[in-house]
Amino acid sequence: MSENSEAAANLESEPTRMGVLRHDLKRIAGSYSFAIGALIVIFWVCCALFGRFVIPYDPFADDMLNSLSPPSAGHWFGTDQLGRDVFSRVIAGARDILTVAPLATLISTVLGTALGLVMGYFGGVIDEILSRIVDAVLALPTVIVALLALTALGTSIVTVLFVIGFTFAPIIARTVRASVLAERGLDYVAAAELRRENLFYIMFVEILPNVIPPILVETTVRLGYAIFTVATLSFIGFGIQPPSPDWALSISSNYGLIGGGFWWTVLFDSLAIASLVIGVNLVADGIQSALDD
Amino acid sequence: MTDMIQPALKLENLGVQYSVRGKPRQVLQAISLEIAKGESYGLVGESGCGKSTAAYAVLRYLPRNGSVSHGRILIGGQDLLSFGGRQLRELRRKSVAMVYQDPGRALNPSIRIGRQVEEVFELAGLPRSEWTRKAEEILTRVRISDPQRVMGRYPHQLSGGMQQRVAIAMALASEPALLVLDEPTTGLDATVEADVLDLILQLRREFATSILFISHNLAVIAKMCDRVGVLYAGRLVEQGPTASIFRDPRHPYTVGLLRCLPQRGRSKTVAPLTTIPGFLPAARSHMTGCVFASRCPIAGEKCRTVEPPATDLGGRFTKCHYPERATDLPVGELKMTAPAVRAANAKPILQLLAVSKTYGAGSHAFKALSEITVELQEGETLGLVGESGSGKTTLARGVLGLVRPDPGSTIMFDGKPVAAALAQRSQTEVKSIQIVFQNPDSALNRSHSVRRMIGRTIDRLAALTGRARENRIREITASVQLADRYLGARPGQLSGGLKQRVAIARAFAGDPQVVVCDEPTSSLDVSVQATILNLLVELQNSRQVSYIFISHDLGVVRYISDRIAVLYLGRLMELGPAEEVFMGPHHPYTEALLSSVPAIDGHHPDRLKLTGEIPSAAKPPGGCVFHTRCPRKLGAICEQQAPPATALNSRHMVRCHIAPDMLPREGKNYPEKPLSR
Repeated sequence: MSENSEAAANLESEPTRMGVLRHDLKRIAGSYSFAIGALIVIFWVCCALFGRFVIPYDPFADDMLNSLSPPSAGHWFGTDQLGRDVFSRVIAGARDILTVAPLATLISTVLGTALGLVMGYFGGVIDEILSRIVDAVLALPTVIVALLALTALGTSIVTVLFVIGFTFAPIIARTVRASVLAERGLDYVAAAELRRENLFYIMFVEILPNVIPPILVETTVRLGYAIFTVATLSFIGFGIQPPSPDWALSISSNYGLIGGGFWWTVLFDSLAIASLVIGVNLVADGIQSALDD
Repeated sequence: MTDMIQPALKLENLGVQYSVRGKPRQVLQAISLEIAKGESYGLVGESGCGKSTAAYAVLRYLPRNGSVSHGRILIGGQDLLSFGGRQLRELRRKSVAMVYQDPGRALNPSIRIGRQVEEVFELAGLPRSEWTRKAEEILTRVRISDPQRVMGRYPHQLSGGMQQRVAIAMALASEPALLVLDEPTTGLDATVEADVLDLILQLRREFATSILFISHNLAVIAKMCDRVGVLYAGRLVEQGPTASIFRDPRHPYTVGLLRCLPQRGRSKTVAPLTTIPGFLPAARSHMTGCVFASRCPIAGEKCRTVEPPATDLGGRFTKCHYPERATDLPVGELKMTAPAVRAANAKPILQLLAVSKTYGAGSHAFKALSEITVELQEGETLGLVGESGSGKTTLARGVLGLVRPDPGSTIMFDGKPVAAALAQRSQTEVKSIQIVFQNPDSALNRSHSVRRMIGRTIDRLAALTGRARENRIREITASVQLADRYLGARPGQLSGGLKQRVAIARAFAGDPQVVVCDEPTSSLDVSVQATILNLLVELQNSRQVSYIFISHDLGVVRYISDRIAVLYLGRLMELGPAEEVFMGPHHPYTEALLSSVPAIDGHHPDRLKLTGEIPSAAKPPGGCVFHTRCPRKLGAICEQQAPPATALNSRHMVRCHIAPDMLPREGKNYPEKPLSR
């Protein structure tokens, strides 16, 4: 009978050869975007891990004689105000953001998952109260909360980590809660109760493994946002601090030069941020569609 | 077009394949059949045999990865495969209609019924002024008494039976030449199912529509169809007039299917059910010999090498080399532990005293159970029957402690009252009362292995360690006939029957004394159902466990139960020994339930019809709760006074105003109109 309902669920198209072909192409295209996204992300992760050993110049070394020179064979991406090699700085700049953003996402995933499990499993009043708190936190703009916290507590990467972790957790909590609610109604949870399992066991050993897929998708999507948020904070001076070759930091210190025609000091860093965010989102899409299949 | 001669549907050597991860899988192989004008043709088979695929192929509605690999589909003589998109839409609009299994999903939840039905006429190109009138007309024709009211509602405000009527109305609105019904009554209660089937029979005469009726239920096919085709592994193995196929099957598979069903008068104490050993072969494009050979008890060398041709037996055919021997199948020679003779004065293991359950409070109070008093003896099976909403599952969950009954309810286990809430029950009480759930997909954690699920239950309930624990796992899996190699598997890798064995093993891991079986076979095929029922009986015989057995399938309940409790709107209407409850004298409600079950022999005495829908338990009718639907209502007394529990004998109770000697009995309609008391 489940066979019937599955068949009923995908009734849309004609069974012609054309339809089959389109379907296959779509699947390949689906996996293409995942592959491209994964390649981009892997590239930047490699830069973060090993970039400093392969880059042609020291990203911190000033060379005032060659400041603001345009892209050339010697300096592929040109040099900045202080004559530092932009190419080397873009490659080396992957490291800080790819440390801070994933860590912040990890914190939000752990917090959000725990919160979502509690909300979904207990339901009732507990869910009601926590849901309102979650709604309240969701209404706060991350960057403003971050500015407040950073001004109050002083600029520090640890504060950035926790602010992003804290403000992103509710979104993950909501996703987890919805999945847990569905799982909660299944009989294996009743079966666990009938062998006197404690709440912790039921939530983390019985239910959690079955809600991993949506958590994975949501975490990946959040990672994209976290990269953006960290970049924003660095740009306005509250995130990653100089002398790091961080992309947003470089954009921040060089964007005034665009007017003078020194586009290369900003363009490559911007492309780096954009490509990383797009790559992460492509991966998220790929995971999502793989799970939907 | 010579419409008079052309059959409504003709499949010529039809093959359908799905591409699964790039590899083709043949789902239907060389299907040839014809449905004449006005004829009703049934396709029957177990899950995975390809019956739904056949239905979708007929409408060219196959899923994206499915395609017709060979053969032709002719509707009214026109080749469907040559149609382009436009012709196909035309065809679906005018000549072929389909009714799906789940009407709740076939109707759009956010559009009112009236609009949905009108849409059919809009598509048919009728002028706008006609739509509403036409919609009302068609709803009246499917015996909806108040079409205007129904048209103003959304699908979720209608009962399942009503939704299916609307779906049928929409299908018939275009007066199609061919109506495809895919398990149209599978999700419905027996009484509603009988109603819908009657309706289809009547409409078929009115509209002179040809019907392709797909079902796994042999009895439903027997009732509805002129001819039947038996599908096995994508092949039509036998075909012919329904009556002759079911009376005198000539293919071992058909014989097996018919014998799997629990039969009247054969209870668990007489003999185990016959089963079909083995599994459906994995779908492969190439196969030598007969598809059924690996499971066939009479298969010879020829069967494994030569694919049997269709042997014509005069108006019917069978694809078997030995049609004359098909019925010589060895009948259930299963070895079973002899049932331990239960002492006449066996002590009750579980007693329910005035158990009630109210959901909500105040004006929204909803009484799901009302003062149920019943007891369960050691080693006994108590069958619980009733339509959905009768409180069967609530009662079962109350016994388990998953639902907390109202104060004043008492549940006694082994002579001592147990706490209402699971958390307050003692270890012994918890491990002694366990459950086998209805749907193993829901009951088994899909991320855990079989070993882990059973092992963990042993850890928690039996507290064994090391070697003893391992031995216990082996012992318990052996006792449910689950091979050791499945211990590492996850539920997703197991078939439905195997999953249910795991669920049973888990329920028995703590050595329980009472096991609640909540429709344990309703998600399974009949051949698998038979093995699971045999297993449950076997376990009961060897372990003296007591069952509370819930099922909507009265044949199954009759087979397995010692006593039966009939519930209606949370009230106990009748309680007595299984045979007495079935044979009567019984409650009019029991009578109605029994008469709604279609009989496989095609013999259908005039059915006792229940009128109206099940009232809401939030506002139960006064007096006897059944009086609004009772076909044997006496008069005012039924509306005003709740009937007393009348003891027909020391073990059989009926809650009805009708005098005991006037109560209905099986096979016997009323001798005369009962006198009002």
